[in-house]
Parts: sequence; structure tokens; C-alpha cells
Amino acid sequence: MALDKATVAHIAALARIRLSEAELDPLADELSHILTWMEQLNEVDTSGVAPMASVMAAGLPMREDEVTDGGCRGETLANAPRTAHGFFVVPKVIE
Amino acid sequence: MSDPSLLALTLAEARDGLAAKSFSARELTAAYNDAVSEIEPLNAYITPTPERALAMADATDRRLAGGEALPLDGIPIAVKDLYCTKGVLTTAASHILDGFHPTYESTVTDRLWQSGAVMLGKANLDEFAMGSSNTTSWYGPVENPWRRPPERQMGDNRPLVPGGSSGGSAAAVAARGALAATGTDTGGSIRQPASFCGIVGLKPTYGRCSRWGVVAYASSLDHPGPLTRKVRDAAIILRAMSGHDPKDSTSAPLPVPDFEAALTGDIRGLRIGIPKEYRVDGMPAEIEELWRQGVEWLRAAGAEPVEISLPMTKYALPAYYIIAPAEASSNLARYDGVRFGLRVEGDSLDDLYELTRAAGFGAEVRRRVLIGTYVLSAGYYDAYYLKAQRVRTLIARDFVTAFEKVDCILTPTAPSAAFAIGEKTEDPIAMYLNDVFTVPANLAGVPALAVPVGLSNDGLPLGLQIIGRAFDEETVLRVSEVLESAAQFRCLPSFVAGGGR
Repeated sequence: MALDKATVAHIAALARIRLSEAELDPLADELSHILTWMEQLNEVDTSGVAPMASVMAAGLPMREDEVTDGGCRGETLANAPRTAHGFFVVPKVIE
Repeated sequence: MSDPSLLALTLAEARDGLAAKSFSARELTAAYNDAVSEIEPLNAYITPTPERALAMADATDRRLAGGEALPLDGIPIAVKDLYCTKGVLTTAASHILDGFHPTYESTVTDRLWQSGAVMLGKANLDEFAMGSSNTTSWYGPVENPWRRPPERQMGDNRPLVPGGSSGGSAAAVAARGALAATGTDTGGSIRQPASFCGIVGLKPTYGRCSRWGVVAYASSLDHPGPLTRKVRDAAIILRAMSGHDPKDSTSAPLPVPDFEAALTGDIRGLRIGIPKEYRVDGMPAEIEELWRQGVEWLRAAGAEPVEISLPMTKYALPAYYIIAPAEASSNLARYDGVRFGLRVEGDSLDDLYELTRAAGFGAEVRRRVLIGTYVLSAGYYDAYYLKAQRVRTLIARDFVTAFEKVDCILTPTAPSAAFAIGEKTEDPIAMYLNDVFTVPANLAGVPALAVPVGLSNDGLPLGLQIIGRAFDEETVLRVSEVLESAAQFRCLPSFVAGGGR
């Protein structure tokens, strides 16, 4: 699969990574090269094979639905670059 | 002045020496603190913690005086800087985690401290554990303590990579700058650096060691585990690292065996699988020869080599390099400039996210996040991601079928010895090929151990890998120790703290 510049720009927007115009072409080449290499998987017949998301055969365990932590606002905010009044601070999102 | 002769002890010997009061934990830790300073040119540590180490050693000495030694009391170890350590800078070797001081301790390191181990510091790694050479770290590359001997350099005396991603852990243990280290292995990140540095690396079964508090790369493939100088040392420390953890829903609710007790030296009658698909094109003859030698060693010890087939082997790498980046693109979404680490201000929230992530992620991390985003995006999800997950089912099935016939599998660990820093950086796929023998065990979740067995023609360490059944680390360790004894690998790197006495 050959990716074009526009596709790379679209993926980068989805991934929330800013790319400069000059970075798009080299990245398109690089990612196309990797994706082409991955396409050797198409040689494998996987019809009727279930996808494996985890090696855990038993699936996820259940537990009682109860509160197990909380009351740790200070710890939660301790590493934030900007806080105010016990909240994370972000640029204004509502006009 | 500390006593450098203490650095030559294995973990088992140090434990026994402490118990016999031949030396104190403070003396042992002081020797290692000095060693950590001495190996600084290797850049194996991001954050040494010498004062904390001495305080922990003093606590050990008080326990020893009271006759209540813990299983790892006084054992100085390095912690891969992917494990969150409460109050101690934790970076994942990424710019984006600048200044991050966790307010909690990872389960595995917590268990180690509860067992009396001493923290020497946080070890360097590839950024977010993405790499096979420890050259993607924001804190600079780690250097392998091994160099080609002068007569083998042919005019090339460039420093070598320690492997990756647990390169700092491996270099520190090999250069006697730590008695053991924690690592993580997502596609070979414990075993390949262990092989490049001439030490032992163990990736346990998925679910054996809790992932809680370990910075996530690819959650279904990440395995915490140890790097040590000897197989016995790996057995000892693995026991302390293992066990069910309710905070990790994929942690196995199984009892933890006494792994050291499994080292009986008796492998008579065990069937050892030799997978024909691991004879890959372009593999150096010396690695093929060492593998054949390994088969003979195990046969001489009474095991029965059996040729087996793992037909999906060649598809493990491309499947891995779809699944791992897909999971990474999701896991790394949390680095947003809002809750921790680096923040680059922007006019809008999206600007803030995009500028922070552009500045904070290195080239390889960015590449994998973009690949992962692509294979998960609308229109490509089935063709890449689901396809890779179906191939993963077949790879896991290969192992299930093989383990109906054999008790464990013997393969080379890596397709080459350590290469120079700066090599293989132009083509990402050339770098990915380092993981060709190690990735299948991650996809299947089965335990695998790398043990050093010989030197290449260039005078650099080479390893063999033992792969076992899920939750049968005991057989893996037992067979590995027999290989280790037969190989008599006693070579030291060219640069060793304390002068290698």
C-alpha cells in the first residue's frame, strides 16, 4: 500500500501529532515501505480463524462493583503541568 | 573506598554471603554505588539513586542483625525506567514524560522492595521500549560494555549497541553496575539485549508478573521480567517479581513456584524441539553452529532432540509490527500535555495536544503511533489489524501443537551479535528483523529465556533461547541451567566496573 501525503496528514491529525509540510513526503515513503512489508500476511489463509486479542484463555475476571479507590485529588494533580482550583487547566474550548 | 571484589559475586552468592555475614548489605551496596558511577560512560542509568540505595541497605542490615532476612535482602538492582517508582523520576526515556514523579509504585518493584531488594537507580531504555538497540532514548544511546577485541576490529572500533529496549538494564548487569535488573519484553526487549551483552534474560509467561504501574507499550504483549548474570539468579528474582495482582486484570491467579528448586540439573528424557523454520536466510554460520552445539549439549545431558515445525514463524514479525503499534497508538493517547509531563502551549486544545505530542515523541515512537493509527482507522482495520490478530491465533496454535510433542524448544536468541551504534538506523525494517526469533513467544505468551553460550568470530557474545509451555518457567529454567553449565561461558566484557577482579 502506497500512502500519499494527504493520507499521512490525515493519520497525523487522528493521532494528534503536528507534522510540518516538509515531513509529509519522507514519512509517506517510510510508512508505505513498512506497510508493504506487512502485506506478506496476505499469503496466509485465515478464513475461519478467530482473531486473538489476548492470550488469556479464561477471559477477564469479574469483581464486585464497589469503590476501590478515590479521594486522591492531590496525587492525581501532582504531575499536571498546569492546575487551578483543584482542576487540570486546558485552553478555552467553549466560546 | 568500597570493595570491588564484591562485584564479582552472583546474586545467589551475594545472598548467601549476606546471610553468612561475610559482608554487610551496606558494604555490598556501597560497592555497587561506586560501580554505577564508574560505568557512567555507558549511559546505562538515567537516574541513579545512591542515597536511597544506602538507606535500603541499612534496613537490610537491621533485619539481618535481627535474624529475619527476606528472600532478596540487600540485593542491589537496577530498575528499567519504564517501571513507576514512587517519588523517583520515571521517564520511559521519553521527552514527553519530563519531570514525571509517580505517586504510586509498580506492583513488581513494590514486591522487590518488600523482598528486601535495594534500588540502585533507573536504567536507560529505548523510548517507550520501542527499539532493538537502545538508540531511541531521549537521554542518549546506551553503549555495550563489550567491544570487539583490537585484533578483530578491522579498523572499526565503533562502540556497540547493548540491544533494546532493556539496553540500560543489560549493560548495567553485564558491566557489574547492578547485580540484576528488571526489564520488559514486548517483542524481545529482555532477551535480545541479554544476548548482546552476554547475560541471562527471562521473559516469563504472560500474566506471571503484573503489568500494573509499568508504562504501557502494547498491553497484550508487554511482559515484565528479570535480567541477571546467571540462570539461578533469574530463578531467585523471578519468584519475588511474580504473583497474582488484582490491579492487573490479565495477571494470572496462580501460585508462584519455588523456581530455584526446579534447577535440579536433571533433564534426562525431556524432549527438546528444534524448529526447522528458525534457520533463516542470511543467518551467520557461527550462530547455526552454536545452535547445533546447543543441541549436542542437551543430548549429552540425556534430553532427546526432536525436529519440529512452527510453520507460521515467518509471519510473526509483520503480525507483531501491526499489533504492537496498534496497541501503542491507543496506549500513548494519554500523553496529552494536560495530566503529566511535557506541555507545549497552543491556542486551542487540539493545538496543545498536537504541539505537545510533536515535541515530546521521538522519530520511532511517532512512526509506530502513526502506523498504529493507520491500521486501526476506518477502512483498514480488517485488512491489517484483524488480519494480524488472526495470524496471531495461528502462531499461538503452532506452539500448542509443538508442545504436544516436546517439553521445550531450543532456538538462537538473535540473528546476529551486537552491531555498532548508528548501524541499521536508516531502514526501520532492518532494525525490526532483530526480533525475528523472539517475537513469536510474545505473540503466544509463552515463557522464554536467553542464555549466553559463546562468542562470535568477532569476539562478541551470542545466546541461545529456550521456549517453554505457558506457566512452565520451571522446565525453561532447568534446561537453561544445563545449557549454561555445558557452555561454561565465563567471558567478561572489555569494560567492567571494579576492573573485573
